[in-house]
Amino acid sequence: MDLVANNLSYKLDNQYHLNKVSFNFKEGNLYTILGRTLSGKTTLLKTIAGLLTPDSGEIEFDGKNFLKVPVWERNVAMVYQQFINYPHLNVFENIAFPLKQRKIDQNVINEKVMDALKSVGLVGYEKRKIQELSGGQQQRVSLARSLVKNAKILLLDEPLVNLDYKLREQLREEFKNLFSKGLADETILIYSTTDPRETMELNGEVIVLDEGKVLQVGPAKEIFENPNSLKVAEISNDPPMNIIEAKISDNNIKFEGINLEAPQHLSKLTEDGLKIGLRSSDIELNETGHEFEVELAEISGSETLLHLKRGDTKIIVSIEEVLNFKIHDKVKINFKIDRAYAFHVDGKLASSPFGGLNG
Amino acid sequence: MNKLYIFLKYFFIVVWTVFVVAPFLWALTTSFKDFQSVNGGVTYIPWVDFEPNLEGWKVLVKSPAKGGVDIIEPYFNSMFVTCTASLISIILGTLSAYALSRYTFKAGFVKNNDITFFFISQRIMPPIVLSIPFFLFLSSINLLDSLTGLIVVYIVLLMPIAVWIMVDFFNKVPREIDETALIDGCNPYQAFLKVVLPNSIPGLIVAGMFCIIFGWIDFFFAFILTFTEVQLLPVKIVALNSSVTPWWSLSASALVSVAPLIIVAFIVERYLSKGNLSGAIK
Repeated sequence: MDLVANNLSYKLDNQYHLNKVSFNFKEGNLYTILGRTLSGKTTLLKTIAGLLTPDSGEIEFDGKNFLKVPVWERNVAMVYQQFINYPHLNVFENIAFPLKQRKIDQNVINEKVMDALKSVGLVGYEKRKIQELSGGQQQRVSLARSLVKNAKILLLDEPLVNLDYKLREQLREEFKNLFSKGLADETILIYSTTDPRETMELNGEVIVLDEGKVLQVGPAKEIFENPNSLKVAEISNDPPMNIIEAKISDNNIKFEGINLEAPQHLSKLTEDGLKIGLRSSDIELNETGHEFEVELAEISGSETLLHLKRGDTKIIVSIEEVLNFKIHDKVKINFKIDRAYAFHVDGKLASSPFGGLNG
Repeated sequence: MNKLYIFLKYFFIVVWTVFVVAPFLWALTTSFKDFQSVNGGVTYIPWVDFEPNLEGWKVLVKSPAKGGVDIIEPYFNSMFVTCTASLISIILGTLSAYALSRYTFKAGFVKNNDITFFFISQRIMPPIVLSIPFFLFLSSINLLDSLTGLIVVYIVLLMPIAVWIMVDFFNKVPREIDETALIDGCNPYQAFLKVVLPNSIPGLIVAGMFCIIFGWIDFFFAFILTFTEVQLLPVKIVALNSSVTPWWSLSASALVSVAPLIIVAFIVERYLSKGNLSGAIK
């Protein structure tokens, strides 16, 4: 049972939230929608759920026109980024709610709810009120409620974004396990996120969305290795990929007085206005390297993000340890230039180290 | 500092309590006084300052033929009209408020907020403006001087209050709760009844309380739209007045007319502290 969408468009206040979005989701697969905030992720999920009607376009599910099916008959489940539960019901009643709605036998309900509680690790919390749970627990309840239905389409709208760092890591891990074993073969799982790391970890098919438009579709690895445009490269990397305006001539990449020997996959590109893309993790501190000035140093978790500047070129370097730098410190860095990407003036990928295009 | 704070706190509580309770006590004692005890200087304590008697209370139940006013029937009339009109107003008002809160209406330049304001504007208008239209309207459908007619008029007066309070309340209930209910298999009516309404009980109670209060204390329309067949309590109490102001029976009637509101307030207060929406969205 495939979920097929054709040219979905949705406009609000003269701004496209969806702009001719098409996709073909196959049962038993995990799809990640990657995009920044306001890129249209929630709109897309709500459209699939039936909470929004697109201005134009079609959605077909199981060969039927899905847009004609009201929300309550669609058999979808959705987890919101806010932790949405029914405040007047306790944990058990919350999870049992969709089953009760289907008038299922009470014994079956009890069994299924207990299973769901087990899978999200909330056994013993049945009688608790929602208000008495922490944010992470509340989100588990809504996850359990969406799992218990055996919905054909499971939508998760940035389910981890409102949780603190530790819980996020933990739940992300649990999600992975749940998704790999717990779901029925006929479920289509759609997960939206702003975090490229989540995308890579979940390792499904990725749809990169920006301003309501689908920029690229492909397996997570493919998006990571061969982003088809500057925009995708920015969205699919955190911190965003460094973009350096450079000139390639005589087999050399030149910018800000730095000369780097062009790797083979870049050597044939000679056009003007070429942009070189390099991940922050592909730049390293090195005493023999090129001098840059520190603009800002931020420590996030166990890594340090250095914002560096040389002339007009600004780059971000991530280092896998906690280091202390002051503003205006001089540091020396080396570029792993063989891992550099090149983009045309219009932003399209020109060449990638993983063999995209000119390779 | 701490002690001073506690002292001041209790001091103001006591002052406020006296401020609120004293008039009731005053009315209570006055209702047991006779002409002499009221007009012959200030008296406070029964059996010490004055000899209590039940004359003031007896007048309220005696038939007019025996010199009383008999408020029993008007009392139940008032209760019936107020409760029925409040109930219908709450039901209609809640439904309209939900629609105004969740759906977008547009007719030319008229939008949701204009409709909400239209409801509220019914209360802004001075009642006197409505009196003649109501009078003519009720007389044209033969409902003057009847309980049904009064209920119809009271619904018009009370429903705006319900709409006003409930629109505001529903706007605070996250839309995602309704959406989740729809996704979980409820049709819009079930989502409203099973999910939105149970989470709106505090709002319903507040709206209900206001409806009951405004219905119960209305004198103006009850006075204009009824004559002999039907009488409501506020109108009847006015009939107590004569050349010699009967403070004792006025006090007694004030107490019986305020009693239901006090009971309502006590019941409501328990519910109000209970319900809250935290936990829907954190």
